[in-house]
Amino acid sequence: MPRIWKFADDIDTDQIVPGRYAPYMRPDEDVGNAAFIEAHPEFNRLAAPGDILVAGENFGCGSSREYAPLALRRRGIGAIVAKSFARIFFRNAINLGIPVFTAPELVERIQDGAEASLDVAAGQLLVGENVYPLRPMPGFAQQIVAAGGIVPFVRKSGRFPTETAATT
Amino acid sequence: MNPAQQPRNSEPQPCAAATDAAVGRTLSEQIFSQHLGSDVRAGDLCVIEPDVAMGHDSLTPSIIKIMREELGIARVHNPQQVVLVMDHVAPASTVGTANAQATIRRFAQEQGIRLFDVGRGICHQVLVEEGIASAGKVVIGSDSHSTSYGAVAAFGAGMGSTDIALCWGTGKAWFRIPETIRVRCVGRFQPGVDAKDLALWLCRKWSINGANYAALEYHGLEWLQRHERQTLASMAIELGAKAGVFPPQPGDLSFGTIPEWFGLQRRAAYQSTWDVDCAALQPQVAIPHSVDHVVDLGEIAGQPIDVVFLGTCTNGRAEDLRAAADVVADRSLAIRLIVTPASSHELQRAIADGSLQILLAAGATLTTPGCGPCMGRHQGTLAENERCLSTGNRNFRGRMGSPDSQIFLASPAVAAATAVTGRICHPRDLSDVLFSHDSTYAEATHA
Repeated sequence: MPRIWKFADDIDTDQIVPGRYAPYMRPDEDVGNAAFIEAHPEFNRLAAPGDILVAGENFGCGSSREYAPLALRRRGIGAIVAKSFARIFFRNAINLGIPVFTAPELVERIQDGAEASLDVAAGQLLVGENVYPLRPMPGFAQQIVAAGGIVPFVRKSGRFPTETAATT
Repeated sequence: MNPAQQPRNSEPQPCAAATDAAVGRTLSEQIFSQHLGSDVRAGDLCVIEPDVAMGHDSLTPSIIKIMREELGIARVHNPQQVVLVMDHVAPASTVGTANAQATIRRFAQEQGIRLFDVGRGICHQVLVEEGIASAGKVVIGSDSHSTSYGAVAAFGAGMGSTDIALCWGTGKAWFRIPETIRVRCVGRFQPGVDAKDLALWLCRKWSINGANYAALEYHGLEWLQRHERQTLASMAIELGAKAGVFPPQPGDLSFGTIPEWFGLQRRAAYQSTWDVDCAALQPQVAIPHSVDHVVDLGEIAGQPIDVVFLGTCTNGRAEDLRAAADVVADRSLAIRLIVTPASSHELQRAIADGSLQILLAAGATLTTPGCGPCMGRHQGTLAENERCLSTGNRNFRGRMGSPDSQIFLASPAVAAATAVTGRICHPRDLSDVLFSHDSTYAEATHA
C-alpha cells in the first residue's frame, strides 16, 4: 500500500537531487536512485510507486534542474501535495506529468508514514480512513498531466496546451 | 481586475485588461505584449517565440535527447535563437562530462548553433557581454539564474530541460505573464555596503518565496552600474521570482539597443511594493542553510572559515575582483581563496587593472572562467565539516560538496577580508582584527 512522505518548508532541489548526482555527472546511473539521497536516506531506500509527498511551503525551490522532479517520477511518485510550490519546479513537474496539488489546509492534518492513495478521477486524496478533496490543478496543467506530460501532449495535439487559452 | 487578488497556483484567467487605457503596463507586460503583437496583462497566458533559448553543458545533453528522442524533432527550429555555453564543469572533470561536451560540440556544429566553449565564461555573463541578451528581449535558459538578464532590461527566466527542448524544436514557449512586485529604493549605500548586501537584505526581509510566480522591477537604482544590477538580478530567483527586471535607461549603452516602445510607464499595476532605504543597509551575511537566513555581519563576525570562494554569476566580475584586491593588497591570506572569474573578458579586465596580480600575489588560486565550485562538482568541492564563505547565490545544504559542509554568502569585500583573517570579517575591521587577534588566527588557520 502506498504511503505518505512528509517534508518541511522550503525543500530545495539540492535536497531532492544534489548537483553532484546529476545525470551529467553520473551518465550511467538512473537518476531515480539519487532521489533525496543525502537529505532523506530512508526515502531514498524505501520510496515506492504510488507513494505521495506531502510538503510545506515553497517545495522545490532553487535550481531549474528538471532531473529533480524526474527522479521522483522515476520512483513512481503518485502525486505531490504542498502548501505551495516554487515556480520552476511546479512547471517542471507538470511537464513531466506528475500531479501537483496546492492544499495548504491539508498538510498539517496528514501524518508521515500513513497509508494513502490518490483518486485522480474524483480529485481525492485517501489517507487511512480519511478522504480529503483536492482543489483541481489549473486547466492547462490538468490537460498536460492527463496526457502524461507536455511531450506526449504536444506530439498528440500538435499545439501547446495554452495556445487555445491565449487566443480565445 | 487587480492581479494581486489572484490566488497563486489558481487557474490563470485571461484578463479583460487594457480596458482602462489610463493604466500603464509593467516592464514584463510591455515585453510580452510586443512579442505577442497584442495587449497582454499579468495573469494572461501566451505562447511566444523567445529571442533566445540558452542551454549549458550540464543540461544540454538531456535537452538534445528530449528534442530528438521524445519529441522526434531532428533539427532546431531556429538556430539563431539557440545559444550554448560550456560553464558548469569546465574543463571536463570526468570521461562522462568530456563525452557530454563532445556531444554538445557536434550538435552545435551540425545545427549551426553558436557555442561558447570551455573558458569563455558563465552563460549569464557571456550572453550579456555578447549583446545576445539586451533590453526588451525574452531570454529563457536551462538555468534558474537566467533572471540575471534582467540586469540589461531583458525578461530572463529559467526553465527545465523539457521546456527548452520544446523551444528548440518549435521555436516557441508558453508563459503566464507574471504579476510584478516593485522594489522601490531610496538613498545610496554607505561605504562598505554594496549590491550584494541589498540582494541578501531583500531575501532576509521578504524570504525565499517572497516573490514566487512574480517578476521584480527595481526602481530608484539608476545609479547602479551594470555589474551591480547583475548581482541583484541574478538573485531575483532566490526570492522565487520568475524574472527581475531593471528599467532601461535611455542613452545607457550597457542595456544594449533599447527599443523605442520600452520603458517605465506611469500607473502600471503592481502586485505590491517593497520599500528599501539603501542608506540604512548594513553588510549582510547569509548563514547555513538557506539564502534567506541572513544576519547583519556584526552578528556573525569572528566565526572561523576554511575556504573563500570569489566568483559566480552573482559576483565574479572584474569589479568584484577589484573590490577584493583592494582589501587584500599588501596582505597575505590566512586561508584558501579560490577565484573564478565570470568570463574570459572579466579575467582580462582583472589582469589589465592589476587586481588579479594582487590576489595571486597574496596566495589566491585562479580557476577557469565559469561556474567554478558553486554547485560542488569541481574546482573546490567542500569536505565534511568544511566552512566556506562564498560570493555566490546559494547556500543550500550540500550544494558545494559534503552535506556536512557549511556555506556562508557575502559580498566580495567581506570575502576578501575573511580570506585575510580566516574569520568572517568586514574590511573596515581588518586592521583592528589583525592587530588584536593575531595569535587566535594563527591557531585557527594552522590547526
